[in-house]
Amino acid sequence: MAKVSKIRKSKKRSKVAGSSSKKPPVVYDDEQEEDVCGAEEDVSSEEDDGEDERKRQKLLEAIGALGGKRKHALAERSEAAVHMSEFSMTADDEADLSDLIGTIEKTPAATAQTKKHLKNLQRSKNTVECPLSKQENERIQRDVAFQKAALEVSRWQSIITQNQRAEQLVFPLNQEPSGPKPIEQVVMGWEARTPLEKEIFSLLAANKQPILDAVLTPAEEASVKAMDLEQVKIRRAERQKARALQSYYEAKARRERKIKSKKYHKVQNKAKRKEFVKQFEELVKTDPAAALEELDKMERARMQERMSLKHQNSGKWAKSKAIMAKYDEGARKAMQQQLEVNKDLTQKLVTSLSKEEEEEGEGNTDMLPDFVNDAEFKQDSSNPWMRGRLSEDPTEMELKDTMDVTAEGASAVTKEAEEEEGSEAEGTEEDALLREFDSRRKQRQDQESDTSAVIVNDGDDGVEEDQVTEDKVAEISDEEEEGLSEFTRMYRGIGKSLEKDAGSKDGSAELEEGLMRIRSVDDVDLLPQETPTEPQQAPTPQHQKSAEQQPSRSRKRKKGIELREVLTKETKVIKVPLAPTVTDSEEKLDQRVLIEEAFAGDDVISDFAREKRKREDEGKPKVIDLTLPGWGEWGGLGLKPSKRKRRRFRIRTEVPPPRKDQHLPSVIISEKRNSAITPHQVSSLPFPFENPAQFESSIRTPLGRTWNTERTVKKMTKPRVVTQLGAIIEPMADEQLLKGKKKVSARRRSRNTKTRTQPAK
Amino acid sequence: ACSKTSRQLTEATAAFNYNTHINACHKLKQVSNKRRNSLKVLLQHDSPASSTLRSTSYVVFRFQMKVKVLSRNPDDYVRETKLDIQRVPRNYDPSLHPFEVSREYTRALNATKLERVFAKPFLASLDGHRDGVNCLAKHTQSLSTLLSGSCDGELKVWDLTKRECVRTLQAHEGFIRGVVVRYCGTSFFTVGDDKTIKQWTMETPGYGEEEEPLNTILGKTVFTGLDHHQNKSVFATCGQQVDIWDEQRSSPIRSFSWGVDSFSSIRFNPVETDLLGSCASDRSIILYDMRESTPLKKVVMTMRSNTLCWNPMEAFHFTCANEDYNLYTYDMRFLEKPIKVHMDHVSAVLDVDYSPTGQEFVSASFDKTIRIFPKNDGHSREVYHTKRMQHVICVKWSSDSKYILSGSDEMNIRLWKANAAEKLGVLSHREREAANYSQKLKEKFQHHPQIRRIARHRHLPKIFSFYRFGFSSTKPGSVPVLSEKEKHVVSVVK
Repeated sequence: MAKVSKIRKSKKRSKVAGSSSKKPPVVYDDEQEEDVCGAEEDVSSEEDDGEDERKRQKLLEAIGALGGKRKHALAERSEAAVHMSEFSMTADDEADLSDLIGTIEKTPAATAQTKKHLKNLQRSKNTVECPLSKQENERIQRDVAFQKAALEVSRWQSIITQNQRAEQLVFPLNQEPSGPKPIEQVVMGWEARTPLEKEIFSLLAANKQPILDAVLTPAEEASVKAMDLEQVKIRRAERQKARALQSYYEAKARRERKIKSKKYHKVQNKAKRKEFVKQFEELVKTDPAAALEELDKMERARMQERMSLKHQNSGKWAKSKAIMAKYDEGARKAMQQQLEVNKDLTQKLVTSLSKEEEEEGEGNTDMLPDFVNDAEFKQDSSNPWMRGRLSEDPTEMELKDTMDVTAEGASAVTKEAEEEEGSEAEGTEEDALLREFDSRRKQRQDQESDTSAVIVNDGDDGVEEDQVTEDKVAEISDEEEEGLSEFTRMYRGIGKSLEKDAGSKDGSAELEEGLMRIRSVDDVDLLPQETPTEPQQAPTPQHQKSAEQQPSRSRKRKKGIELREVLTKETKVIKVPLAPTVTDSEEKLDQRVLIEEAFAGDDVISDFAREKRKREDEGKPKVIDLTLPGWGEWGGLGLKPSKRKRRRFRIRTEVPPPRKDQHLPSVIISEKRNSAITPHQVSSLPFPFENPAQFESSIRTPLGRTWNTERTVKKMTKPRVVTQLGAIIEPMADEQLLKGKKKVSARRRSRNTKTRTQPAK
Repeated sequence: ACSKTSRQLTEATAAFNYNTHINACHKLKQVSNKRRNSLKVLLQHDSPASSTLRSTSYVVFRFQMKVKVLSRNPDDYVRETKLDIQRVPRNYDPSLHPFEVSREYTRALNATKLERVFAKPFLASLDGHRDGVNCLAKHTQSLSTLLSGSCDGELKVWDLTKRECVRTLQAHEGFIRGVVVRYCGTSFFTVGDDKTIKQWTMETPGYGEEEEPLNTILGKTVFTGLDHHQNKSVFATCGQQVDIWDEQRSSPIRSFSWGVDSFSSIRFNPVETDLLGSCASDRSIILYDMRESTPLKKVVMTMRSNTLCWNPMEAFHFTCANEDYNLYTYDMRFLEKPIKVHMDHVSAVLDVDYSPTGQEFVSASFDKTIRIFPKNDGHSREVYHTKRMQHVICVKWSSDSKYILSGSDEMNIRLWKANAAEKLGVLSHREREAANYSQKLKEKFQHHPQIRRIARHRHLPKIFSFYRFGFSSTKPGSVPVLSEKEKHVVSVVK
C-alpha cells in the first residue's frame, strides 16, 4: 500500500513539474484537493490489503517475465528510502547523465550541434541553481503581470490629460451627430428592382448623373478637381491685383476731381483732347468703322444737346449774367462762351460724312498734301470764334454723364465754360477785334457758299488767305489756345448757324438782343426774388456780395432738383453758426439764471481745493512740543524753559512719502486702508495663481455682456461639463481612445504639412 | 401648380396678417385717444406689411370701435419673443461701462446667495424596506429603475419617476450583500449571507407566478461583494477569496487569494474592463487582472478600506472609502502614495461612487452624511444630511449624473440632486445663459472671503464642528511631519 501511494505521489510531482509554469495557484488548489482524495483512498484500501498485494505482486512478476531483456528486477522495498522512482530505481543503482550522453553520441539522429553542446556541458563543473521558492516565483509572476497591466492602462494617459485640459467636456461621449444624414448612408442596401427603375438607373449612369442624392454631379466633381490649387492661386492673385488697381484708379480719379486749380484742369483737358485727336486720327487710318462709330457717338451727343436746354443761356446763371452783361465785359464773354458751347454741340456733323466724300473726291481728283490740312487746322484753331467746345468733347462729356449724375456733368460743362471765360477775360479787346474779323469772314463765307455745305471746301483756299492775316493777331492773343479738333472745325459748316449769323452781325448787338429776349420771356417768372435793379444806383453791399457770389454759386447750380444736393445744403445751413435771435437768448438766459439760482451756494471747485489742502496739511509732519515749563527748573513769569530742554522735548514726526495725488490737481487719493472694503478683499494669493498680477488680471477681465460682445460672452461662460438631460453616460470605451489618437495624429499631420508647405513658399 | 402656390401664399399671408394684426390692434388701442388722421398715418408707417394688411387692420379698428368684444392685451398673454426685442446696438467702450469689477463682484455675491437660497437637494424618500438598506444597484439601461437590497434579504425594484416600489422579492436568507445588474439590463445578480449567488430576470413575473431565480449557485463560503463585467458574461464575487465566475458555469473560472481571508468589496474597472480592485480586511487594496493567474499588486494602508470605485472616465484612477474618515484617490500604476486625500467626513466612510462624468464622486459615511467631492479636491463641495437619515450604508450616482441615491440604516432610500441649486428640467435659452454666467462669476470670485464664506456655509449638527477642530495631545515637533498622502500608506506589496 505504501508503495502505491508513493507511486501516486511521484506522479503528482511530475504533474506539478509539467504544469507549474502555467498556473501555479490553481494547481496548488488541486493539490490540496487531491491530497484530501488521496487520504480517503488510503483509508479504503487498508481493508483489503492482504490478498490484493500478493496477487498484484504475482501479476507484476508475470509481466516482468514476459520481457526477456529486462535486466533489473523490480526491487522489493525493504527499507524506508527518500527517493523512490517509478522504475523502482533505488539509490544504489543510480543512472548517470554520462551514461545517457553515451547513448546520444551513438544515435545518428542527434545533430552535431547538440553533441557539441553536451560536451561543453560535460566540461563545465558548475552546478545548476536551485529552482526559486514558490513565494518568490509568485512574486515575479505578479510583478510581470502588474507591469503588463500598468502598460496597458497607460495608453489612456493621453486622452485623460486631454480631457483634463479641455475647456469643455460634453457627455455622453459617443454622441451621434444630429441632423439629417446623407441619403447614401441611410439606404445602403437599396437596389433597383423593377425594370423601369433599372432602365432609369442605367440611363442615369450612362449620362453620368448622380444616382444617389450626391451634392455634385460627376462632371462637376471632375471640374472641381480639374482646377488645381496652383491655378486657383494664380487666379486669385490676378483678381486681387485687378481689384487693387481698380481701387487705385478710383481713388486717383476722385483726387483729381477734387483739385480746384483751373489751370490744372485746363492742362488736363488739353492733354485729353490731344490724346483723343491723336487716337481718332489713328482710328481713322486703321479702323474706319470704329471711327465712324465715334462720329456716331458725337452725333448722339449733339442730339442730346439739342434736346436739352444746356448752354442755351436760359438758366438762372445765364439770366444773372444777362443782367450784368450790360456793364460787365466778363459776363458778356461768359454768355458768349455758353452760346459757343451750344453751337459746337448742336452743330450738325455733316462734316464727317462730307469729309469722307471729300477725301474720296480729293483722292480722285487731286491729291493734296497733308500739310495743307495741317496749316488749315492751325489757322482754324487760332480762330477764337471757332474756339469752343471740342467736337470730341461732347462725347467725353457724354461718357462722363453716363457715369456720373447728369447734373454733375452739366456742372462740369459750365465749369469749363467759365474757365475759358476766365482765361479769356484778359484779352477782351483782342477778342472784340477777332469777333469783328470773324463776323466779316462769315458773311463772306455765306456769300461764297450759300448753296450747300459740301461746297465749303472749295472756298477753303479763300478762307485760308483771309485767315493767314488773322492768324498773326490770333497767335499773339491766344496763348492758351485749346487743341480743337481741327478736322471737325474745318468742315464745320458755314451753314452751321445761318440764323445766328444773320442775327449776329455785331457781337454786342447780338448780346443785347439775347438779353432782351430772355427778359421778355421769363425774367419775371423765374426770378421773382431778384428786384429789378436800377443800373445807376450803387448796389448795396449785400447785393454786391450776391453779385460776387452768383458766379461761384452758379457753378454748382444744376438743372432740376438734386435731392442729395438739397439735403446736404440744408445740413450746411445748420452748421453755419446762427446769430442768436432775441427770443432764443432770452430762453437761454432764463435757463442759465435758473441753474445759477439752483446751485447758488455751490462753489464745488474751491471746496474741493480746500479739502485737498486740508488733507495735505494733515499729512504734513508736525512738531509736538512736550516741554513743561517749570519742570526740573525754575518757572514763572518771564522765564522760559531752557533751550536744551526745548530741544529735548520737541518731537518731530518723520516726513511721509510724497502723496500720490501730488501732481494731480483734480484728484484726492486716500492712502489710508479702508476698513469697509477689507472683508471683501482677498488676503492671500489663491492656489492656482503664481503671482498677484496674474490673479488681478483674472479678476479684472469682465465676463458679462455689458462689457463683452455676445460671442465672447458665450465663449467665456461656456460650462465646463455639459450633460444631456436623461441620457445615460457610458464609461469611456476603446472608441474614444481611437478617436483621441486620430485627433492627435491629425493635428500632428497638419503641423507637418504646415512645416512642409512653409519652405515651399 | 400656380393656383396651389398662390393658395399657399394666401395662407401664409393670412397667418402673417393675423400676427401683425394683433400687434397693429394693440398699437391702435394704445393710441386710441389720438386723432384718427394720425392713426392712419401710424398704420401706414408702422406696419411693414402689405396694403391688404393695412386695410384689414383698419377695418378691425373700426369694428372694435362699434362692437364691444372680449379683448385682452396681447402683452398679458403673448410671450416675449426675439422679434419683440429691439436689437439695440451696444457700445462696448469701457469708459461707458465703468466699475466692471465691482459690479461683477456684486453679481457674483448675489449669485452665490441665490444659490444658497435655491439649494434644495432633497427630492424624495423611498420607503418600503423593513430593514436597513444594505446595497443599491443602478439599472444599466433604464434611468428610472433602481434596485435595492436590505439586511433582511428582501430586494426591491423601484420606479424613480413614480417614486414607488414596483417589485419586491425575498432574495436571500439574511443580508443581501450585493446586487448588480447585468450589462444588458435583462437580469441581475444578488449575493447574500446564505452563501448563494442568484440570478434573477428583470421582468416581473406574471400574476400568480412565483419569484424564482434564473440560476442559483451554491458557494462554499459567504459572499460579501459582487460586481459584473462591463461587457462580458463574467462576474466577480468576493468573500474569503476573490472569484471570477462565468455566467454559464457553477464553479468559478478563477480564484485569487493572497494571504487574506476576508474581502469587503470588489469592483471591475469600467474602462479597462479586465482589471479589478478589491478591499480586503487586512487593510489592503488588491488589484487583479482577470486574465492573469495571480493578483497584480497590493497596497496596505493604516486602516481598512470599505469600498472602492473606479473612475469611469479615467482608466487608472480609483478612489477608496476608508475607515479613517478619509477617501483616497490612487493611480493604480503608482500605489506608493495616493494622488489625493479627501477629508471632511467625521466618521468611517462606507461607500463611494463616481459620477458617470468622472469629475466628481459621492461618499456615504457612518456620520449620517453624504458628501460630494470633486475628483481632485481635498475637501467636499457639498454635504447632504437630514435629521432622519441615519448611517448611510450605500450610495449611487445616477447614470445621467443628475441625481444621487442613498440607502441608509433607517430603511429608507433617498433621492438627491447632484447639484443642490440646479433647476431641473428643460431650461429656456435665457435661463441657461444666465445660469452659465452666474456659475462663471462664482468661479471667478470664489477666492473672495465673503463669497467663499457664503458658498461654503452649511447648517450642520454641532458634532461636526467638534470633530473638525479635534484635539491634539502630542507636543508639537515630537512627531515627524509627514504629508497627508504619505501618512496613510503602510506598504506596497508586489
